[in-house]
Amino acid sequence: MRITQGCFSFLPDLTDDQISAQVGYCLENGWAVGIEYTDEPHPRNTYWEMWGHPMFDLRDPKGVMMELAECRKANPGMYIRINAFDDTRNVESMTLSFLVQRPEVEPAIRMVRTEVDGRAMRYSHEVMR
Amino acid sequence: MADTKIDQQTDPRTDPDTKTEITDKKKRYSAGVLKYAQMGYWDGDYVPKDTDILALFRITPQDGVDPVEAAAAVAGESSTATWTVVWTDRLTACDSYRAKAYKVEPVPGTPGQYFCYVAYDLILFEEGSVANLTASIIGNVFSFKPLRAARLEDMRLPVAYVKTYKGPPTGIIGERERLDKFGRPLLGATTKPKLGLSGKNYGRVVYEGLKGGLDFMKDDENINSQPFMHWRDRFLYVMEAVNKASAMTGEVKGHYLNVTAGTMEEMYRRAEFAKELGSVIVMIDLIVGYTAIQSMSEWCRQNDMVLHLHRAGHGTYTRQKNHGVSFRVIAKWMRLAGVDHIHAGTAVGKLEGDPMTVQGYYNVCRESRNAVDLPRGIYFEQDWADIRKVMPVASGGIHAGQMHQLISLFGDDVVLQFGGGTIGHPMGIQAGATANRVALEAMILARNEGRNIDAEGPEILRAAAKWCKPLEAALDVWGNITFNYTSTDTSDFVPTPAVS
Repeated sequence: MRITQGCFSFLPDLTDDQISAQVGYCLENGWAVGIEYTDEPHPRNTYWEMWGHPMFDLRDPKGVMMELAECRKANPGMYIRINAFDDTRNVESMTLSFLVQRPEVEPAIRMVRTEVDGRAMRYSHEVMR
Repeated sequence: MADTKIDQQTDPRTDPDTKTEITDKKKRYSAGVLKYAQMGYWDGDYVPKDTDILALFRITPQDGVDPVEAAAAVAGESSTATWTVVWTDRLTACDSYRAKAYKVEPVPGTPGQYFCYVAYDLILFEEGSVANLTASIIGNVFSFKPLRAARLEDMRLPVAYVKTYKGPPTGIIGERERLDKFGRPLLGATTKPKLGLSGKNYGRVVYEGLKGGLDFMKDDENINSQPFMHWRDRFLYVMEAVNKASAMTGEVKGHYLNVTAGTMEEMYRRAEFAKELGSVIVMIDLIVGYTAIQSMSEWCRQNDMVLHLHRAGHGTYTRQKNHGVSFRVIAKWMRLAGVDHIHAGTAVGKLEGDPMTVQGYYNVCRESRNAVDLPRGIYFEQDWADIRKVMPVASGGIHAGQMHQLISLFGDDVVLQFGGGTIGHPMGIQAGATANRVALEAMILARNEGRNIDAEGPEILRAAAKWCKPLEAALDVWGNITFNYTSTDTSDFVPTPAVS
């Protein structure tokens, strides 16, 4: 299966030039860019591992691309995403997030049904590694 | 006896200076009928206080009715006045309770209509109650005989008043964090046909749409619990579809389960069941009423639920420019009342709304502070006091071929809902959903790269369609569909071309 989390998962995987252009857009907007990775693409896995802090004082996308290259080297076969953070009052959250690496063979997510109370159901999801 | 004598000497109805408040208390409170201006509801020198609630009415006085007197009557009838003088006013600090009409000006280019500005002291209003606010402001005055028509165009809600409301239970930021979706509009579709599908068939449409790439599917406004589909059946099948689509994509998915019902008790019952099944969102219709909306907002806040509001019925009073309530005012009330989503128009779709006026509604929902913006119909500066933002929903006759226009008009914080434009796709519902998602992501990618999507939009879509068959088919079927009719509710301050 192909996990479709993130902003551009329905497009062909982005090239480094395309990734760099998106990072440039984030930096022009004054957003801090961070890199995160995980081997567990559960829809509610909120906290992926941080590849360092978001790069708050960076102005050039090249810095992010270098960090991304390092992260990829250290974490082959993992999901990696780029996040942008906006510190504007009343936003103070992520404003862009997209995948920049996925494993060659992606895990499946299994839906577990627990029957309760007549026909009602409790659902949970498990990443099958 | 002496009083009567004075009245006979200067009968207010023949007083030449009828626009001035009568300050002599004996004259002012002698029994009889006075002009509203004379009663103190007009004060051209009044400077509104920061804590006043301000309202702008568009009024059409009957022939021969002076606009200033008409404005005073609006202020009077929406605050303390009755048609005749009452001595019991003198038991109160009545000057505080009188709304003040403070400005009247002709509507540009529309003879016979006037903009009338009215200020209300904060003491007139109960905290945290849209019902109380609206009972005052639109309670009586729209049926008032001396006016042929009246429309509430805009309101300024002072910070002190805004802070008496909790506002949206989730807000745009909270919703995005819960869904883990950032940087693009959300995508939805209304399950079609609206009526007649069994629960099992209905869930099929939901599953196909979500698996194909939509974030949300939606009940329509009149899907409640009819003979063809009991509400519990719908909820059970829909949540099976939502969870299964989540497993197939790795994304958080949702379906607006419409809990609108005949009583609050039944709405709570349905909402509780939606929660038990793990839904992230419930939905209500505007026609449930302001108090029910505030109650459901409170319930959502206690149950981690996003609240979607479908504006069913609003066209009966928002569409015609001469009479009713502008939708920008409804949007303000709903941000106070506390909804997370509100249908706010598409500009390019099948339903009423000229582009700038619709952008004005979006700004009311999403900005922390609205600046005065006459071309977009924003007449007052409005500080929202950090109350959460409402996600506007664009729904009704939109399709993938309009993606560049929709993003250019509305930006990222919007739910784009393609109902027919998903389910009516020639290759099926999943393909329809995929076409919309690919069109959206391709357009956001291009915009962020610095391309001019207004000019290059169609070209960007065609390029994506080269590798995405469903998008190609969508563009072939709908690419030339437009709803290019003249809007009814347009700005009074700019020429308003329709979007083609």
